[in-house]
Amino acid sequence: MSKRRPYVRSMDGWWRKNPFFVEYMIHEGTALFVAAYAGVLLTGLYRLSQGEAAWNGWLAALKNPWYIAFHLAALLALTYHTYTWFKIMPRTMPPVVVGGERLPGWVITAGGLAAAAAACLGLLALVWGMAR
Amino acid sequence: MSEMQKTIEIEVLRYHPEKDKEPHRQVFEVPFTDDMSVLQGVQYIKDYLDGSLSFRWSCRMAICGSCGMMINGVPNLSCQTFLRDYYPARVRVEALAHFPIERDLVINMEGFIEKLESIQPYIIPKEERTLAQGEYLQTPEQLNAYEQFSSCINCLLCYAACPQFGLNSSFIGPAATALLHRYNVDSRDGGKAERMELINSEEGVFNCTAVGYCSEVCPKHVDPANAVNQNKTNSAADYFLRFLAPKGGAK
Repeated sequence: MSKRRPYVRSMDGWWRKNPFFVEYMIHEGTALFVAAYAGVLLTGLYRLSQGEAAWNGWLAALKNPWYIAFHLAALLALTYHTYTWFKIMPRTMPPVVVGGERLPGWVITAGGLAAAAAACLGLLALVWGMAR
Repeated sequence: MSEMQKTIEIEVLRYHPEKDKEPHRQVFEVPFTDDMSVLQGVQYIKDYLDGSLSFRWSCRMAICGSCGMMINGVPNLSCQTFLRDYYPARVRVEALAHFPIERDLVINMEGFIEKLESIQPYIIPKEERTLAQGEYLQTPEQLNAYEQFSSCINCLLCYAACPQFGLNSSFIGPAATALLHRYNVDSRDGGKAERMELINSEEGVFNCTAVGYCSEVCPKHVDPANAVNQNKTNSAADYFLRFLAPKGGAK
């Protein structure tokens, strides 16, 4: 008879056992803010479809200090989400070969972050230009 | 010789299948010098303190992939991890996470061996050539396409770093996918359609949630996360392109 009795260890609390996993859970968690903010924008769109009064009501609601606090929290979470998203990006795509040399991961990350920053600035400039 | 012999505490997770219901910790006081690896520390325990301690090792130079352990909770090859980096604190040594413990630091790797077989880790020639026709030629660019993924030494650190494998051991996992990818992108190989069935399956790449820790711990810079995630794209293409060209691997 076999004396083997392989022992399987529990996975309970696995994500607390390594700082890398804790960081992973945080960056996955910030995705909830992305979803929540999509909800905010969709609500705005829905209120707009209901007419001017509804739209203005929504704009007024946005000035509530709680809403502003939520926006600040969402800004922080989305900034972190963007950073971690582009940090892992080189691992998720086929190699980019430029002039016979494989592009290093940090260049892809930096390119992504620069594109995100440019998109944010572009959008801000557009909205600012329209609001003036 | 220095007059003062330094000693370090090594805490080992012990498990004896015939005596123990579950693993337990045992601490050993090990004399060490600055050039000693964790593997040498564990070997000292076996040679001088407790001969019953079981662990795998062979080459002592990060080539064979036998001596992987959890060292202070991090998967690493014990031959390239040095005791001096932990001194004066205690070093915790445990069998690789996410695998069943066979005994002490020895894991049961049968599951991985089956996966390795299933990916057909050999070239399935695109075109049969006779000896008279000569060797299969390959350009440096074609070599570059797979060389990194061929560096895998099957040490299984990436599995010990993958929580998705820990939660679902049927997931084909990082190393097997990296090796699968190594053959799929080899210009001489023609077995991609067969291997894609595995990539697309329930056990395939979509178990991965891009934690990325597998690539961090890989001692050979294989970047298995890259192989897994490239194949998510390949799998999606395989799925959708079959409508255009109905001969892909997706079923």
